[in-house]
Amino acid sequence: MSLAATQKKGFGAFLWDYLTTVDHKKIAHLYLAGGGFFFLLGGIEAVIIRIQLIKPENDFISAGLYNEMITMHGTTMIFLAAMPILLGLMNAAMPLQIGARDVAFPFLNSLGFWLFMFGGILLNLSWFLDGAPDAGWTSYAALAMDSPGHGVDFYVAGLQIAGAGTLMGGINFLVTVVTMRAPGMTYMRMPLFTWATFITSVLILFAFPALTINLFLLMFDRMFGTAFFDVSLGGNTIIWQHLFWIFGHPEVYILILPLFGLFSDVFSTFSRKRLFGYTAMVFATMLIAFLGFMVWAHHMFTVGLGPVANSIFAVATMAIAVPTGIKIFNWLATMWGGSVKINAAMLWALGFIPSFTIGGMTGVMLGSAVADFQYHDTYFVVAHFHYVIVGGTVFGIFCGLHYWWPLLFGKILNETMGKLTFWTFFIGFHLTFFIQHFLGLMGMPRRYWVFLENQGLDLGNLISTIGAFFMSFAVIVFLINIVHTAVKGEKAPADPWDGRTLEWATESSPPPYYNFKQLPLTRGLDPLWIEKTEGKGHMTPAEPLGDVHMPNGSFLPFLMSLGFFVAGLGFIYQTDEKLWYIALYGGMAFALLMMIIRSVKDDHGYYIKKEEFEREAE
Amino acid sequence: MTENTNTKTNKNLDAFQKRKNKEEMKRQLISFGLMIVLTLIAFAVVATGAIESMFVIPLLAFLAVIQVAFQFYYFMHMKDKGHEMPTVLIYGGVWAALLTLAGLALISWW
Amino acid sequence: MSHDHSLYPETMPQNPEKATLEGKNKFLGLWFFLGGETVLFASLFGTYLALKDSTAGGPSSEELFGLELVFIMTVLLLTSSLTSVYAMYHMRNNDFKKMQLWLGITALLGIGFLGLEIYEFSHYITEYGFTFRSSAFGSAFYALVGFHGGHVTFGICWIIALMIRNARRGLNLYNAPKFNTYSLYWHYIDVIWVFVFTVVYLMGKVG
Repeated sequence: MSLAATQKKGFGAFLWDYLTTVDHKKIAHLYLAGGGFFFLLGGIEAVIIRIQLIKPENDFISAGLYNEMITMHGTTMIFLAAMPILLGLMNAAMPLQIGARDVAFPFLNSLGFWLFMFGGILLNLSWFLDGAPDAGWTSYAALAMDSPGHGVDFYVAGLQIAGAGTLMGGINFLVTVVTMRAPGMTYMRMPLFTWATFITSVLILFAFPALTINLFLLMFDRMFGTAFFDVSLGGNTIIWQHLFWIFGHPEVYILILPLFGLFSDVFSTFSRKRLFGYTAMVFATMLIAFLGFMVWAHHMFTVGLGPVANSIFAVATMAIAVPTGIKIFNWLATMWGGSVKINAAMLWALGFIPSFTIGGMTGVMLGSAVADFQYHDTYFVVAHFHYVIVGGTVFGIFCGLHYWWPLLFGKILNETMGKLTFWTFFIGFHLTFFIQHFLGLMGMPRRYWVFLENQGLDLGNLISTIGAFFMSFAVIVFLINIVHTAVKGEKAPADPWDGRTLEWATESSPPPYYNFKQLPLTRGLDPLWIEKTEGKGHMTPAEPLGDVHMPNGSFLPFLMSLGFFVAGLGFIYQTDEKLWYIALYGGMAFALLMMIIRSVKDDHGYYIKKEEFEREAE
Repeated sequence: MTENTNTKTNKNLDAFQKRKNKEEMKRQLISFGLMIVLTLIAFAVVATGAIESMFVIPLLAFLAVIQVAFQFYYFMHMKDKGHEMPTVLIYGGVWAALLTLAGLALISWW
Repeated sequence: MSHDHSLYPETMPQNPEKATLEGKNKFLGLWFFLGGETVLFASLFGTYLALKDSTAGGPSSEELFGLELVFIMTVLLLTSSLTSVYAMYHMRNNDFKKMQLWLGITALLGIGFLGLEIYEFSHYITEYGFTFRSSAFGSAFYALVGFHGGHVTFGICWIIALMIRNARRGLNLYNAPKFNTYSLYWHYIDVIWVFVFTVVYLMGKVG
């Protein structure tokens, strides 16, 4: 169903459609819209931070507000912008890439989205209620336990709800890849993006439970008076750090691996060449994921774990550079000798390689435990993780949006504006963050509200802020591009990029709601390309035309998440006023009731009859 | 595709299948017996204090791991065909769990 | 292709719980979830191990724990694991009545376990003043054992809901996967308990 067709039905029907949808393509729209909204919010927070630091001893915002800004900027960007946008891209492309009609658990997919959305809203409500959390996005327990007001409570409740949604998404994608691959689509024929989705989901599955427990411990301590982090009763705040980074380090790979997969697809598509070293790429991804679990303590070198622990984690950290290097060289080799076409999507991919490599190199520097004592908690670290997260994740998201916009909305984004976005963002990004390496080396600590004059930090900070303005300009151009494309853009063909993988083998852009009338037969890696070069130019069906089973839409995920949202508010405020227990128990009971309804009411889905397809074809 | 196409039709749940199910059940009863024995040993060792505490802790951990292996492989059928991915992800979880335990138990207090 | 989910003796598949794609998905989804639960409980066990000696002057594990009660609880839960195996055995033989019977016994054993756990907690609180708040050890103990107890409670509610919902209509390809996922979950609770009684109670008694 195209966007135009749904709009004809009127806004109410359109809204209801999205509130109850279980279609992975519409859930992708929702994730992108929700994540995009929070991305803008986090971006505004970033600009406010940079304006505060534009000159020495600035008083643009107060110190307390500044703490809230840095906390919310980090939390929003990681949990509410990057992750959901990635889940959106996965939802949009992965089921199509394996030739499936939907994900394994369409209902859970929708529930995962609404949990994220309500969690994000809950977290951001703190701005209007009691002040936002102000203990940093890592919310170290020693600081978080001391934070007055309810800010940190919002952090705990909001992330708990959003995190549960992410975990569901991870399990859903895992099962989808295992059971829903179309005939002939063996594991070693899956596109790299699908592989990356699969491996990322494994990381989500094993990393998020640690965060869940950590948030519970902090919640019990702050709201119910327990003693996990209370040193006077024998508690230990280091437990928070361990659990946070046992989650947090895999989390950074959750943020980058899907885009490694995406870049692999983009490089091979626009070089018109098979990906160089496919098998090595798959195993490098696995190796990164495996090693990613064994390096968490490199965030804690200065805690005092002792030289033995520090050495082990330093070596493991540096080992990750090896599989990452394999990937970088494979991408270069993919382009080598290919007929490279440079458009907006490819520009982001090309810009990613040097930017991310710089971030990787500073990562190895930081991984050296001895040197880390010098870099720790300075702007050098800030520069490093922005180089990997912006230079990797954000570049990748823009690349993915340009590449899959036809798949998502049936139109191609304007190329000129796309290139303008890229160049201003690229320049702005390096202006902002490159200089921060040196600010850090000169001793500027991160998270400080002001700095003094004439300490060699003035010019660097000014340049950094100017760079942030460039990036803001780029994002505004991108927003204009979206509107322009929606209004004036021409309808894209089903296969606008001369693609290689199955998401371009549907009958239209965007694909029909059932994806494939007949599941396609895969004959090798890059199945569509094989058919183009050796076959009839389109996929051979793997099954006769027949009835197609489709899941029913449901409003229950929205209501369930609403229940948890209300319960979250109850948890936060029951410390002040016992009446809030009504919200706590009421919200929980409501969510439970919705679960019971879901469990008791049979949901067999429905069938699109074979005859309907035949009628349509006439 | 999505429905009962891969359903094997066998008349009246043939005798062979029934016997196979019964044999499986016998194996599970034996595993249960062994699990009870392992539990008894573990409790007995602690209750009587027969063994020095330095050796008791590894012994207890060992008994628990064997018992859990019975649960997974017999009660939850992880030994059967079609359990490859569950096996991979359970062992993945166990690996992540061991790292977590090592982190918290060994280097929290340094 | 039939769109009917009913299960007739003459078309009974060998594994009704995995005969449909939905069933296969549920089966894998639950297993993967258990992989995640492993890390969840590892985080709690790790916290407990880190804090078990932080008694803040309160009672220690050696003073608190009694082995008799824990042994009875262990036997109850282990037996409930066996009874749910019996239930699945009867499901594969398409004997719905016997399956329901064994599931009922499983639920009763679970309720018995839960009752003893509540008795145990209230005993610690009233006799020793040992609470969630009294020391880091107390917090970690109640968090770990309480999370397990919460899982047991959820499992009991789950199976009762399934039994009531399907009491009238018998077994079919739509609900067989649901019973099977429940039984996997229930075994997993037992797995966790094996580590709870080993690490918390037995090792706590040894010191």
